[in-house]
Amino acid sequence: MDFISILSIFVMACFVGYYVVWSVTPALHTPLMAVTNAISSVIIVGALIAAAAGGALGGEEAKWLGLIGIVLASVNIFGGFAVTERMLAMYKKKERK
Amino acid sequence: MSALPFTVKIAFSSAAVLIAAPAFAASGEATVNPLAALAYLASGVLFILALRGLSHPESSRAGNRFGMIGMTIAVVTTLVTHDIASIWEILIAIAIGGSIGFIIARRIAMTDMPQLVAGFHSLVGMAAVLVAAAAYVNPAAFGITDAAGILLPVSRVEMGLGAAIGAITFSGSVIAFLKLNGNMSGAPILLPARHVLNLGTLAAILGLIGYFYFVPSPLVDTPWLFWTVIGLAFAIGFLLIIPIGGADMPVVVSMLNSYSGWAAAAMGFTLGNTAMIITGALVGSSGAILSYIMCRAMNRSFISVIAGGFGTASGDGEKGEKIDRPWKAGSAEDAAFLMKQAETIIIIPGYGMAVAQAQHVLREMGDLLKEEGVSVKYAIHPVAGRMPGHMNVLLAEANVPYDEVFELEDINSEFSQADVAFIIGANDVVNPAAKTDKSSPIYGMPVFDVDKAKTVFFIKRSMGGVGYAGVDNEVFYNDNTMMLLSDAKKMVEEINKSLG
Repeated sequence: MDFISILSIFVMACFVGYYVVWSVTPALHTPLMAVTNAISSVIIVGALIAAAAGGALGGEEAKWLGLIGIVLASVNIFGGFAVTERMLAMYKKKERK
Repeated sequence: MSALPFTVKIAFSSAAVLIAAPAFAASGEATVNPLAALAYLASGVLFILALRGLSHPESSRAGNRFGMIGMTIAVVTTLVTHDIASIWEILIAIAIGGSIGFIIARRIAMTDMPQLVAGFHSLVGMAAVLVAAAAYVNPAAFGITDAAGILLPVSRVEMGLGAAIGAITFSGSVIAFLKLNGNMSGAPILLPARHVLNLGTLAAILGLIGYFYFVPSPLVDTPWLFWTVIGLAFAIGFLLIIPIGGADMPVVVSMLNSYSGWAAAAMGFTLGNTAMIITGALVGSSGAILSYIMCRAMNRSFISVIAGGFGTASGDGEKGEKIDRPWKAGSAEDAAFLMKQAETIIIIPGYGMAVAQAQHVLREMGDLLKEEGVSVKYAIHPVAGRMPGHMNVLLAEANVPYDEVFELEDINSEFSQADVAFIIGANDVVNPAAKTDKSSPIYGMPVFDVDKAKTVFFIKRSMGGVGYAGVDNEVFYNDNTMMLLSDAKKMVEEINKSLG
């Protein structure tokens, strides 16, 4: 993809983010942080590419950098989603008598 | 909720696309596989839906599932569209990280959420640095080289920024983690000439990234440059956070949240990956908005928070100051008796409640009062606790229904009709000086009008300590205020005994 298309997606996504995040209820701001943490670990995609490649010049070093990156990002993905799930399960409505 | 089936359909159809993808997968890395691009777009959309779900507790759980599906799509797509030298190493790496993350998520106490989130931020930052470093040493694998095998100039800037923001996120979050976790004093550490130092380091990082663009062949001509950028960025992340005091931690945690997003977005530019760009932009704006909300709730500018130096180490701590003004002390029995008679009670929890782990006994108190026919509501200030929404999570953990918990703007007008304002572990957020005293450091901060309630109960460890802002509170000395001096949990337990 050329730079301008990528930039367009980025700018549009910033606007989407702006409106979506303002609509998040303040009561859920902690889960919001936990889940944004988990999804920002989509950076694992880059680590996977590095770890998958191997071979070529500089590939061996890149592979190990990638593998460590995968470990760190996985901690975040699994930890982030699990802790969000745990928190959200606690939010309950008043029981009607 | 009518939109739900449709979005589920989207999720499933994109999963179907994925299953078909391997058959079409292009073997060369540099060529863009249209199906892979679609799958990444789908995961980006699912991440948007994950955040959208958080607009209400009811839809939030479905939202979290969307996030998980989106992440699975992104990972699987990457794996099926690339030639993999050794899948086992990758799967083992995921299993190691995944189990560590899962165990931490299961075991963490809800009161420790701020440090957990800070710790997780540091991992995203480090992962961004590692990905940038990997792309730097093996650019061919990422398809960011020209015909001669030299790193593309535009990619250099993107990965330089990604690595720098990632490194700042990492070292900044580590400091935030240590401060929140109590391994490091929450007191600001002020280095001489720190503003000059910080701005100089920042300028050096940007200058080097600019220079990086123009170097003919970075690996040959300036092998030191990329690593210097990362080193300086680690340093500035550290320097930026050490002068910021404990009270400003909600802003810092939100700000680092934002940085981790921008780091992911920058790496998304390098890889031309829509899922990463959309996510980065979402997370970046999310953190920025939360920082803004926190700053507004303290009436402080973002710049003044970053400049640091605000707040003291001890929250509700013992300072040993002499208080010579008269104030009224009360006992648990007095409080229990008066609250039984009340019609409406508004409870204002603060960080002290979290420290004392008093949320469960507080909910019991609420239940006992409700049995007496008292209306019980909880009022939460945006900056109560050490991260946005911290108090809400703790109350939810203690089984307080979320429809009894109110935000500042929604409940502030009700204090004049309330019989009792019950303040537990909060201080600055109920200080009327924010409205009246122009010289006060918290002047202009929106606060609860607790002094309008008929009776105020103020649980505090001692009269010596003042809030994070280090200012005295007029409410202590009001005629209708009764100070309940004790550990928050102990005091509420005693009140419960008298109520029961």
